[in-house]
Amino acid sequence: MITVQACLDGLLLGILFALIAYGMALQWGVMNIINIAQGDLVILGGYIAYFMYLYGIHPAWGVIVSPIIMYFVGIAIYKLVINKVVDRDLFISILATFGISILFMQLMNFAFGADVVLANSGYGTTMLFDNNVVLPNSKIFSAFISIVFAICLVVYMKRSKLGRAIRATAQNARAAKILGVDTEKVYAATFGINAALCGVAGALISITFTIHPYMGLPYTIRSFMIVIVAGLGNLPGVAMSGMGLGIFEEFADYILGTEFRIGSVFLLLVLILVYRRFKLSRKREYLK
Amino acid sequence: MNKNSWILYIGILIFGLVAPFIFPAFKVQLSILCVLIVLATTWNIQGGEMGYNTFGNILFYGLGMYLCASVQVGMFFPLAEWTESGGEKTFVHTPSQFFQGMAVGLVVAAVVPTIVAGLIGYAILGLRGHYFAICTLGLGVAAGEISGGIEIIGAGQGFTTPPFPNIGGLEARGEFFYFLSFGALVLTFIAVRAIYTTRFRLILNAIRDNEDKAEAMGIETMKYKITGWMISAFFCGLAGGIMGGLVGYIDSTDVAFDGREMGVFMVLMAILGGKGTLWGPIIGATLFHFFKEGFWTFFLGWQYVALGVLIVVIVIYFPEGLMGWLREKYPERFGEVVDEADRKAQVELK
Repeated sequence: MITVQACLDGLLLGILFALIAYGMALQWGVMNIINIAQGDLVILGGYIAYFMYLYGIHPAWGVIVSPIIMYFVGIAIYKLVINKVVDRDLFISILATFGISILFMQLMNFAFGADVVLANSGYGTTMLFDNNVVLPNSKIFSAFISIVFAICLVVYMKRSKLGRAIRATAQNARAAKILGVDTEKVYAATFGINAALCGVAGALISITFTIHPYMGLPYTIRSFMIVIVAGLGNLPGVAMSGMGLGIFEEFADYILGTEFRIGSVFLLLVLILVYRRFKLSRKREYLK
Repeated sequence: MNKNSWILYIGILIFGLVAPFIFPAFKVQLSILCVLIVLATTWNIQGGEMGYNTFGNILFYGLGMYLCASVQVGMFFPLAEWTESGGEKTFVHTPSQFFQGMAVGLVVAAVVPTIVAGLIGYAILGLRGHYFAICTLGLGVAAGEISGGIEIIGAGQGFTTPPFPNIGGLEARGEFFYFLSFGALVLTFIAVRAIYTTRFRLILNAIRDNEDKAEAMGIETMKYKITGWMISAFFCGLAGGIMGGLVGYIDSTDVAFDGREMGVFMVLMAILGGKGTLWGPIIGATLFHFFKEGFWTFFLGWQYVALGVLIVVIVIYFPEGLMGWLREKYPERFGEVVDEADRKAQVELK
């Protein structure tokens, strides 16, 4: 029964990870930057929902409010920092966003305090299999909302004018520019959409799990891992590897103990990269 | 090496030797500065010379810190009981025990990370570019999280290193650690300067500029990459061992494997001074330490915010660092041949 429990928990958790990873893949593919502050954007989104909860609004509304606020936060970050690192070496973007990550971490620490907080949704729990498996309804709710947002985004990217412009820029920024796409605007919108996705995911995490100012980096690493396993622009792959990671984490939590949970995630990243490196080096290639 | 540079080196050496007596209030700060310079200089071997931007040197630093303290305690007392008592004065090192333990501990702290670097080097250094950066970042954080779960080295509650024996009080303690870290700095500088004059540096630069071509020219790049990493690991471990004794308390994620702070600091110091130069990281570390202490004094509470802003500003507006800027301004000083006519023509164009 614990196996079923861990699998279901992992699946529901993994859908959330996949949502964050989709944002990561979007900005990586379009702008060729790796955003270390991704996790901190998630946590910031979570705090927005938590604040609504503190002021008596049901935190589920955070799913609507948080992405709207985060979209503008994302645009602001793009205008201030990211537009200066887009064309540069990837390591510059890693370091610059690392700086943003430290900044956000500390600002959130000042603004919201260093306590672990949770926005209580009051959704209750569902019992399955003769009460042996306990599923909080909030987890089911968050997985459902994530899927809805993912589908909306995919349709938007396929159908809308901006979505087409984003895809064109990802394929070839110079050609898109020649054909009249304002790439600067596309980049800003991409980063904004990514931040909005983080906002949704953060709001859902604050309902389902807990948030803390320093918990950002693991989310960044998880989404990075999902993207390198699935590849850029492979949406079903992102969803699958997200769920796989969720299940792995639940099992690591159960087998090794909670104190090794984050450590095992980071170690898994190292193992995946090393595995792929050895696999590619047989053909005398390397990860690009 | 000409006469002027000898005078410079001897001047710095003499200054280093008398500094704790001129500025007795800043002994601990000066020791930390020495450790920071060691870390920045060794990071530069990877990031600057070899083009492998690592966040993972913190792994060796933290490993050295834990190993030195564990050896120092474990040689004379049961380690598990020491950490369980949380540094209560149930066991007291005699002066000779303390210094013996420190000596053996520092050797272990330097050698074991070197071996670890050699063992994991083949797997990790096959990655390139940002994959290497993220992989080493993961390695550092994973080490911190995992060591935070191991009971015998204190787990989450931390590990108190043996207190300095009761001879000469705080003054003697400060001087001991200062000279220890200054010794490590001198050792690092001599070693790095020596390898920078050999073919080894040229090979590292070739790897940075184009690894595939370097391999095609018949250089076994992997061998040199691992050697470079092992040299870094040796000095990072040593620096970690000293820093553990200096701070007196080891916490897995806040002191030892502090990827968010020390791990980024070493990158930043090298970039601030100028990657790929001998003096860049040293100047960068000194400047950075002043900045940092200024932040800690004037923006108390906001220091990390200021630090985050500083990182962004340095990386975006100053990626070549101080030495890179000087190099652009005075290329002759760096041994570059400049065509005078060409230069004048450029000035006229402006």
